[in-house]
Amino acid sequence: MNGVHDMGGMQCFGPIDTDAHAPLFHNDWEKEVLAMALAMGATGTWNLDQSRAARESLPASYYLNAGYYGIWLAGLESLLITHELITEAELHSGTSQSEPRSVKRVLAADKVASALAAGAPVDRATSAQPLFSVGDTVTVRNLHCPTHTRLPAYIRQRAGQVFRIHGAHIFPDAHALGQGEDPRWLYNVRFDNQELWGDQATTGHVHVDCWEPYLEATKPENVNS
Amino acid sequence: MNNNETTAASKASKPTHEHTHDHEHSHLDETELRVRALKSLLSEKGYLDPEALNVLIDTYQHQVGPQNGARVVARAWTDSTFKQWLLEDASAAIASLGFTGRQGEHMVVVENTSDVHNMVVCTLCSCYPWPVLGLPPSWYKSAPYRARAVSDPVGVLAEFGITLPTGKSISVWDSTAEVRYLVLPEQPANTEHLSEQQLGELVTRNSMIGTGLPDPASAVSQ
Repeated sequence: MNGVHDMGGMQCFGPIDTDAHAPLFHNDWEKEVLAMALAMGATGTWNLDQSRAARESLPASYYLNAGYYGIWLAGLESLLITHELITEAELHSGTSQSEPRSVKRVLAADKVASALAAGAPVDRATSAQPLFSVGDTVTVRNLHCPTHTRLPAYIRQRAGQVFRIHGAHIFPDAHALGQGEDPRWLYNVRFDNQELWGDQATTGHVHVDCWEPYLEATKPENVNS
Repeated sequence: MNNNETTAASKASKPTHEHTHDHEHSHLDETELRVRALKSLLSEKGYLDPEALNVLIDTYQHQVGPQNGARVVARAWTDSTFKQWLLEDASAAIASLGFTGRQGEHMVVVENTSDVHNMVVCTLCSCYPWPVLGLPPSWYKSAPYRARAVSDPVGVLAEFGITLPTGKSISVWDSTAEVRYLVLPEQPANTEHLSEQQLGELVTRNSMIGTGLPDPASAVSQ
């Protein structure tokens, strides 16, 4: 989705507040939101890509003003309603008005440490061979996916070199739509700053992880020697 | 989609240029009540264990943090075999020190050298290597950092007070997948005599994201 969350290259946000001693949480409710989002994620009702999709689908003005945990809160509320764990009326009243739905699991306090330590790896076996090799020049397709994607706008139609192959990973564009894991090869692609930002850019590179469906082989006449 | 927008839009604060502190306070109180109500609802439904929330908060507030990453860096500085392992298979090398799990399942360590300085961002959200660095700091999650880290890394570093030597180029790593990047900073000069633990004290959080450098001044106080 072409949304305000896709911020790479925007110049309109002013200076960075670099305060190294800023607290991780500004209010106690932020801690509760973090914990609720993790605990509800652990019920297995939705996947990580669906959580990201929910946050990115928030109204742009809200996304830009709500702060990180404000975004998490609204994303969580949206997921709870979309997946029918609660109703709008229950959300507004704060009290249960219907039988709870069954969830796959409830994260118990004594299972938190082991659940966090295990994490949720996303690398998967695939019978497909990778289309590209390290060193290949690839061009990012001109995709404008209207739903969740992890292709940032600033690399569209730009050429870079395959720097590393991470393996086959769950494909977020499909996973966010509930279409299964659909593992695809994941490449780290290295772009020259000039390719991304023009001739006046300082020397250097930006590395972006790109799934194979985002990429195509660069036509030979477009390859810079 | 309708649900998403209805929910958020109905809850969204509508900041204006006339925003005052009073408004902010009432907005915060409103959010606090909203969070309290949601927690109570989800507990009543039996979807979550309130005690698990306390454990989660304690974990990320007190147990996990950049001290973990600093141990990884200090080990790499003092043990070349470990460093090689770290650069080849960071997930396994880091796991050997006991740091695994959520948001660190697929780790890659990028090494600063005399020629290259590395810096990590997530332009699309705020992906961050939790097992080694804890939760992301405010600035990492902020729009200006997410926006300009990729297009103006020199300017961003200047805002952090960092000017790199001429000729050193910057590689920025945009965390668009579930791979998480940790910067291995260069060991400061004249610190070879320090123990692994003392070296760990020089390693700042920002130096492992690439918006800072190790702080040799920390060693003086040791």
